[in-house]
Amino acid sequence: MSTDAAFDADRPYRLSPNIALRPEPFGALAYDFTTRKLSFLKTRTLVEVVRALEKQPDARSALVSADVPDGERERYLDALAGLLSAGTIEAR
Amino acid sequence: MKLVEHFQRGLDAPICLTWELTYACNLSCVHCLSSSGRRDPRELSTAECKAVIDELQRLQVFYVNIGGGEPTVRPDFWELVSYAVDHQVGVKFSTNGVRITPERARWLASTDYVDVQLSLDGATAEVNDHVRGPGSFDTVIGAMENLREAGFRDFKISVVLTRQNVGQLDDFKRIADHYGAQLRITRLRPSGRGADVWDELHPTAEQQLTLYEWLLDKGENVLTGDSFFHLNALGSTPLPGLNLCGAGRVVCLIDPVGDVYACPFAIHDEFLAGNVRDTGGFTSVWRESDLFERLRTPQTGGSCTSCSAYDSCQGGCMAAKFFTGLPLDGPDPECVKGNGERALAAVGAGTEKPRPDKDHSRTVAPRKRPVAVGIGWGPPEPERIPDRACDTSPLAGFQP
Ligand code: SF4
Ligand code: SF4
Repeated sequence: MSTDAAFDADRPYRLSPNIALRPEPFGALAYDFTTRKLSFLKTRTLVEVVRALEKQPDARSALVSADVPDGERERYLDALAGLLSAGTIEAR
Repeated sequence: MKLVEHFQRGLDAPICLTWELTYACNLSCVHCLSSSGRRDPRELSTAECKAVIDELQRLQVFYVNIGGGEPTVRPDFWELVSYAVDHQVGVKFSTNGVRITPERARWLASTDYVDVQLSLDGATAEVNDHVRGPGSFDTVIGAMENLREAGFRDFKISVVLTRQNVGQLDDFKRIADHYGAQLRITRLRPSGRGADVWDELHPTAEQQLTLYEWLLDKGENVLTGDSFFHLNALGSTPLPGLNLCGAGRVVCLIDPVGDVYACPFAIHDEFLAGNVRDTGGFTSVWRESDLFERLRTPQTGGSCTSCSAYDSCQGGCMAAKFFTGLPLDGPDPECVKGNGERALAAVGAGTEKPRPDKDHSRTVAPRKRPVAVGIGWGPPEPERIPDRACDTSPLAGFQP
């Protein structure tokens, strides 16, 4: 789909439908049922951000709703950009 | 805490779960890790298997590696595969190819979330059949043909590396490319019947170096099941993968009778954590068994701790150490610094090594078996047709 488009913090995203998240002490396992690839969301906050994407008008608001501290916003946006190119999240 | 440390302390559910569905097998490979051959009368029923799948779905174990024995000889095998994928548990199953008919290959190609792994231990019939038995090469090649014909892409061809086939690495790659398959190579462990042939078949030190270089050079699309991390000590480039022993932490085995072991290569009472039939089922065994809790506490590297390669090698494989009689907190028997050989020499001098203690081998392997009945005159008598799993063939009585 729109996974080719560059990540834009002011646009809406969601967890890709072929991905399942399994909570773990460190964050979550993300399993892609289509490619059969396993990846990791390495903090619990990142998991909350990813889950919040769907309910928020844009990625930035998802960071706010998951209480990502100001100083860490850039890092989290980078992580989301990575998840977008890996197909874990997609534009909606 | 780094991700790998989380893995060392264990996850809420396994990542790499192997489930052996039956001890019955039509072959009797000399290195079989589970000493398979005969069905065990206590094997889980269809209903019990489905209950395990339900539990795996609740635990979000996204896929299982199904093996055996030869899992496809279970009459309910395809039913269980369908049940699993319908319950968000993807399946990769290992087979010697005996049941992969053209029709079945088409069904597999049309079913999502099912992957097939064919076992091949030689790029030629000569090398393969020496280990896997006469005719097994032709069977597996036939199965590959059927899968390719059916348009099944990227099935796996799984090779256990031995002294006899290290020289065929490029040939294996060619075979995989030819069939549109992906090559997977794994390490021979002294588990099951493998204990009897390990001395003769495990790669030499020189061959290990060849393998390591081959993996770095051509291994990009080759799977290894993370099994060669002890080779990391050979160079500064670690092989891709988790590079730690996952037994009881991210890895485990459910065997045909429901016993849960720390690792498929560790079928021995020492590594038995519980049974899925116990109260609380698999979940309790995974989360609460004493054995798994112990395996998740920080391990000491013993005499490896002072080794410069310890970070990437971690002392190697627990099962390989156990079944060669080495201490679990010392070097791997195939330690690339030669410490394993020295340790083995010391063991050889004294104590007896633990034997694999769950044997389902047929008493006489068919390949060595004399012709059981005289060649009769006239038509076969129906009552002579074997009907028990332990008779002439373990497949006797199974309806495909
Ligand atoms: S015991 Fe060996 S095969 Fe099993 S998980 Fe550990 S390193 Fe891997
Ligand atoms: S001494 Fe231990 S850590 Fe070092 S290479 Fe050998 S097995 Fe690996």
